[in-house]
Amino acid sequence: MATTVPPKTRIPGCSFLIEDRRPDEIFTPEDFSEQHRLIAQTADDFCNNEIVPNAEKMEHKDYSISRDLLKKAAELGLSTVDIPEAYGGLEMDKVTSCLIADRIAKYAGFATTWGAHTGIGTLPLVFFGNEQQKQKYLPKIAAGEIVGAYALSEATSGSDALNCRARAQLSPDGKHYLLNGEKMWITNAAFADLFTVFAKIDGEKFTAFLVEKNFPGLSVGKEEHKLGIRGSSTCPLVLNDCQVPVENVLGEIGRGHIIAFNILNVGRFKLGASAVGGARNAVDQTIAYAKQRRAFEKPISDFGLIREKLANQAVGIYVGESIVYRTVGMMDSVLSEIDKSAADAMTQARKGIEEYAVECSIVKVWASEMLDYVVDEFVQVYAGYGFVEEYPAERAYRDARINRIFEGTNEINRLIITGFVLKRALSGQLALLPAIKRVMDEVMSGPSMSEEAESPLAAERAIVANAKKLGLLIAGAASQKYMQALVDQQEIVGALADMIIEAYAMESCLLRTQKLVATHGETAAKLPIAMTQIYLTQGMEKIEAAAKKVTAAVAEGDMLRTQLAIVRRLAKFEPFNTIALRQLVAQRLIETGKYGIV
Amino acid sequence: MKILVCMKQVPQKDAPLKLNESGTWIREDVSYEVNEPDAYALEEALRQKEKHGGEVVVITSGPARAQQVLREALAKGADRAIHLEDDAFVGLDALNTARAFAAAIKDEQFDLIFTGLQSDDYGFAQTGVILAELLGWPHATIIMQIEKNDTGIRVKRELEAGFFQFVNMPLPAVLTIQSGINKLRYATLIGIKQAKNKPMRKVALADVQSALTPNLQKIERLYVPQKTKKTETLDGPPAEIAKKLVDKLRNELRIL
Repeated sequence: MATTVPPKTRIPGCSFLIEDRRPDEIFTPEDFSEQHRLIAQTADDFCNNEIVPNAEKMEHKDYSISRDLLKKAAELGLSTVDIPEAYGGLEMDKVTSCLIADRIAKYAGFATTWGAHTGIGTLPLVFFGNEQQKQKYLPKIAAGEIVGAYALSEATSGSDALNCRARAQLSPDGKHYLLNGEKMWITNAAFADLFTVFAKIDGEKFTAFLVEKNFPGLSVGKEEHKLGIRGSSTCPLVLNDCQVPVENVLGEIGRGHIIAFNILNVGRFKLGASAVGGARNAVDQTIAYAKQRRAFEKPISDFGLIREKLANQAVGIYVGESIVYRTVGMMDSVLSEIDKSAADAMTQARKGIEEYAVECSIVKVWASEMLDYVVDEFVQVYAGYGFVEEYPAERAYRDARINRIFEGTNEINRLIITGFVLKRALSGQLALLPAIKRVMDEVMSGPSMSEEAESPLAAERAIVANAKKLGLLIAGAASQKYMQALVDQQEIVGALADMIIEAYAMESCLLRTQKLVATHGETAAKLPIAMTQIYLTQGMEKIEAAAKKVTAAVAEGDMLRTQLAIVRRLAKFEPFNTIALRQLVAQRLIETGKYGIV
Repeated sequence: MKILVCMKQVPQKDAPLKLNESGTWIREDVSYEVNEPDAYALEEALRQKEKHGGEVVVITSGPARAQQVLREALAKGADRAIHLEDDAFVGLDALNTARAFAAAIKDEQFDLIFTGLQSDDYGFAQTGVILAELLGWPHATIIMQIEKNDTGIRVKRELEAGFFQFVNMPLPAVLTIQSGINKLRYATLIGIKQAKNKPMRKVALADVQSALTPNLQKIERLYVPQKTKKTETLDGPPAEIAKKLVDKLRNELRIL
């Protein structure tokens, strides 16, 4: 397809650590096209009219409704954005994909069902299926006629999925593999038609199989009684000499790990979008309640400590949107350059997404933790009513918790973040070491005269620049001490991940605000500026804490004191009046009755 | 049947209304949506087309932002759109809006023109009726049902107190459609994707200027009503309170 739009900047993954970006190089929610907005509207309407009114029934395991809704969502096209056109899909950009996940997230039970079906239930086939397999299954998946599921975890293997005990053995006639074992925590299991199951052929070769519900020897166990997302099905899968035709081996024999890890990678950013959508819904309800509930003869939304919570929740969504859409925007500009008719188009697409594996993990960790904060305050503002089932906060609180666990626990994702960054640095893909050296030279030469730049947001930009410098400096200090063995120091790796996560979140938020200021002016962007200043303050606090923690672990004596002095210097900035800023943000939320940035 | 649907972009129902600085209308930067009865009018047109074949054309007047309602209509299945694009169309009286529409479609031959019953912002319920007059066509308002027959159409009008009126009409005709006449469809993603390539004809103010007369509508002042509800507590011994209460009910509220 010919295009008159000049290609956008192709930004290498992880480069935010060592390079600065201009606001016009990043994608923000303000850049949604008319088409994006219309699609968001359809997703919104579908959620409000079809999903939310049926939430209670799904919560009580009426899966006929879940299946019906999956069918309807497919008919509207909401489930087929990631499926190629050749197989009945719409093959649209990842921004669209995220927007739908974001808007459908109001009811987490169904959002999980839908997310598992369109994500881990469908994508293994999209990325790794052969022509015959795709022809056979994808059009039916696209039409919502068959529901997908993904069976990787077992009772004794989760994060270490490669240690699975499920076995596969070729039948004597060579026509089938016989699968034996038990899979656990399988989303959609009760009503799924097609499972991507992982097992080791001859106990060695880790391999993926496409297993239909009706294959002999497959049975679905009892529903788990879960803390949250009760509107979704989660059961074990029992394989008892389950007969899988040899043509249903997915991808290469013995290379199932490529599928297992990639599919989680490519789905992770969508979990972030969904967390942001869930949080937005929680905030809107928190605001509504705070305005209506009275204490001491006035609405509780008049009280500073309540307003502070509302403001923090809104800041969470603003930053969440910034990191999610910045990340998928980068992906889309890479994916849009792929020749879709190329034989290896899907491999290129997978690699294109994988390029941003670190950013995807950041989005997953940051957004799931933000959501947990938001629902916690949701309960707190509702107080007693927040603790009982009749009110919405209770369910939201329970539903949010799983996000820090599935699609790779946040701990595993923190290891991925630092681990991938170090790996890229060692392989020369990321010029991390020269960047660390530059920062070290700079700080060793003593405090520089900071330019008193007059341009808008100059102070904020300085904070973000220092946050990134701190990250590099501490990463350098830790690598120097542990060298290759750094990856074994999980607490340090985790703290470094926290710094990387915060740096990305702070920068994404600032760049979005800069873009808003550039288009609408400082006055119109008053609210985003306030939210940015609030966030930078708290982000820098976290970075400083992590920096101190690592420094104390890797240095001692004079060295420790010198390094701490540098940490303090870089983390220092003239504080914003965050009380006044939060008041300002809260005031707007209360006036408009919902989250917004104008 | 060839059907034209007149649509309007109005401030979103649940959006907090912010007044402009001169206090004469709503600020430009609020959220907008399709006028609700117009959405039902579009849905009805699409259903008629599905039954009898033909074409659905949508038209609106307003600034660039108003194009959104046309795109939405195209995404839902309208075949093409006409956009009378100018800021001056905001706040234009119903007579001139109808004149502008009539001028913009003078070379077209429609069998039916649908408008929503009224707009959610001004609520005049006039544009459709005046348009019928200008075209010299029959019209019927508050339409709940439309059946095509041999001589034209038979429509069901909503009257008051649960009464309905059935009217046989010749074509062409103008109908103003009531909300709730049908169930609205969603814009599908494939529809949204295709909408980009459907024709959208732009009409400038200058193109229809000669058909217009001076705007007769002017809003002098727009304001949010002051809350006047007040609770008063009567104190004192019961007998005295009763006396005060009777006094208030008789002399202040005059309900005794």
